[in-house]
Amino acid sequence: MNILLNLKEALQSLNANKLRSLLTILGIVIGVASVIALLSIGESAGDSITGEIESIGTNVIYILSGNDSDDVTNPKDLTLQDAEALANSRRAPEVAYVAPVISGGSEISYGAEGRETSISGVTPDYQFVQNITMAEGDFISEAQVEGRSAVVVLGPEIAQNLLGRSSGIIGSAVRIGGYPFRVIGVTEAKGGSAFNNPDNNVFIPISTAQTRLPHGDSPNAVQFILVSVAQAEDADQAIQQITDVLRSTHRIPPRSPNDFSILNQQDFLAVAASITNVLTIFLGGIGAISLLVGGIGIMNIMLVSVTERTREIGLRKALGARKKDILLQFLTESVLLSMIGGLLGIALGWAIALVVSQIATRSGTPLEITVTANSVLLATLFSAAVGIFFGYYPANRAASLAPVEALRYE
Amino acid sequence: MAEKENVIRIENLAKVYQMGEIQVHALRGVSFSVDRGEVLAIMGPSGSGKSTLMNMIGCLDIPSSGDYFLEGELVSSLNDDQLALVRNRKIGFVFQKFNLLARATALANVELPLRYAGINGDRKARAQKALESVGLGDRIYHQPNELSGGQQQRVAIARALVNEPAIILADEPTGNLDSKSGEEIMKLLLDLNKTQGTTLLIVTHDPEVAAVAERIIHLRDGSIEGQEVRS
Repeated sequence: MNILLNLKEALQSLNANKLRSLLTILGIVIGVASVIALLSIGESAGDSITGEIESIGTNVIYILSGNDSDDVTNPKDLTLQDAEALANSRRAPEVAYVAPVISGGSEISYGAEGRETSISGVTPDYQFVQNITMAEGDFISEAQVEGRSAVVVLGPEIAQNLLGRSSGIIGSAVRIGGYPFRVIGVTEAKGGSAFNNPDNNVFIPISTAQTRLPHGDSPNAVQFILVSVAQAEDADQAIQQITDVLRSTHRIPPRSPNDFSILNQQDFLAVAASITNVLTIFLGGIGAISLLVGGIGIMNIMLVSVTERTREIGLRKALGARKKDILLQFLTESVLLSMIGGLLGIALGWAIALVVSQIATRSGTPLEITVTANSVLLATLFSAAVGIFFGYYPANRAASLAPVEALRYE
Repeated sequence: MAEKENVIRIENLAKVYQMGEIQVHALRGVSFSVDRGEVLAIMGPSGSGKSTLMNMIGCLDIPSSGDYFLEGELVSSLNDDQLALVRNRKIGFVFQKFNLLARATALANVELPLRYAGINGDRKARAQKALESVGLGDRIYHQPNELSGGQQQRVAIARALVNEPAIILADEPTGNLDSKSGEEIMKLLLDLNKTQGTTLLIVTHDPEVAAVAERIIHLRDGSIEGQEVRS
C-alpha cells in the first residue's frame, strides 16, 4: 500500500469528524506544550543558577564553619584571627586575598522608604576577591574599618529602590537598624538572578558590623571567609594550605575531622546540578502526565472510530485488505493525530516559555529561556510514540475483526 | 475432466455455529460445482443457509468441514492473509447495500481492490476503464451520495470487475433497487457474463432475479433441496 495514499485517506477520515479530531489533537497539544514549556523553564532556571555560580569565578574559595560530611559537634566559629592567619603569606602563600564577612539581616531606610535586607560587613579586600567595580565613589577603606565608620556602599538596584536614583547619591544619609550611615559608593550594575543579585548588596565596614549587626556569640566571629587564589590552577594547593592553617588555629588534633568546610565553585556547581536535575525531572514528569492523558484520549477516539467503521473494515477485507493493511490504516490515523498535536504543542510550548521569560524579566528576575533542540526532538518522538502506543490496540482490534462479522455489523 | 473446466468445486461442505450451548447447523454437507462462465443462482428462504454458503464461496468464512476448490486451489485450508489474497484476485463482490466508501469518489472506490493488490502504475486507468464498462465514464469523480441507487450498484459492479476475478458473487444485487434499476443491473451483470465470460453467482430469494440463471440451486435447512437447469 502506498504511504502517501494512506496518509491522504487518514487525513480525509480525520477531516470527516473535524470537531472530534480537533479535541483529540488538543489533548496532545496540551501535553506536548507542557513538556516543552516546563522542561525549558526548568533547564533555564538551572542555567541561571549555574551561571550565577560560575560568575563567582574559579579562583574564589568559600570557607564556612562546621562540617556536614563528618560528625563534628560544637565546631568553632570562624574568626577575624583565622582570616588574619590566612592572610599571612608565609603560612598560605597561594592565597591572594582574604575577605572575612559578617552578614546579618537588618532594616535599611531612607526617609519614609525602608526595607529588610541582608547587610554584609566586609574588609577592603572583599572588593578584590569579588572583582567589584565602582560606578561612583569608593569601596570601604582600611581607615574606615579601623575607625568603625558609619559608612555604606550600595548596589545600584537597592539605591534606586531606596533613594529613587542610583547616581549622585554620595554623601546621602541612610539608616541601618536605626543608625545613620553615610553613602560613600555605588557599585557597578552587574545584573543578576532571583537567587543572588549583587546589585542589591549593602556593604558596611566589618568592624561596624560587629557592633551594629546581630551575629554570633563571639565578638570576633564571622559568618564565612572568602579567599581568592592568585592562580586558579593552584586552588588545590591553596585549599591544602588553608586546611593546615585553620587546623592549627582551631587546635584540631591529628586524625580528627575538620570543623570547617572549604567549598569552591565545583562544589557549588555539584550541589546546584543535583537541585536542578530534580527540578527538571519533576517538571518533565508533570508534562509527561498530561501527555499520557492526551494519549488515552487518542485511544478512546480510535476505539469509537473502529466501532463506527466496522462495516467499512469488513468491506475492505472483502476487497482483499490483509490484516496489516487495516492495522496500518488505523495506526496512520492515530499517529497523524498525535504528530499534528505534537507540532502544534511544540509551537504552543515555545510561546508559553517566551511569555514566562517575559514575565520573569518584567518582575526583575531575568530568565533567559531557550527551547532546546533536545526537548523539541523529545516531544516529537514522544508524541509519535504516544500515537503508536495508544493507537495500536484499537488498530489491532480493527485488523482482527472477522470479515463476515464486520460486514454483517449494523 | 469435464468438458468445461470447474471454477468452483464444493464437496460435502458443512458449517456449524456454536450459539451458547446450542449447535446451529447452518450447512449440512453441500456438494456442487460451477463451470467457468456459468450463471448460477442460489435460492432459498431465510435461514436456509444461503448466506453462509455465500460467505464460504466468497472466502469470508471458513467451513467446519468439507473441501472447497476455487480454480483448482483448495481454499478451505488457507490462512487469513492467503484468503485476503484470494478475495482480492479471484472474487468480485456485489452487495445488496452497495457498500461503497461514502467519502471517496467512484474512481477511488473502484481503485480500492487494485490498491490492496499492490498495483500502482496504471491503477487509475484501469479503474476508469471499469467504470466506463458499466456506463459511468462521465461520473468517475462523483461521490456515492451524488449518485442514484442504480448508479451506486454500477460502481460496486465496476469495483467487483476491476481485478478481473474468476467469479462475481452477487448477494441480492437488486434488493435495494426499484424494479427498473434492478432490471438494468441484472442486464449489466448478464452482459458482462456474455462479453467477458465472468462466472456469475447470484444469491437471492427473488424468483424473477433467479430466472435469468442457467441453473438454480435450491437450499433448505442447510442442504440442497433440488437443482433446476434452465435454457
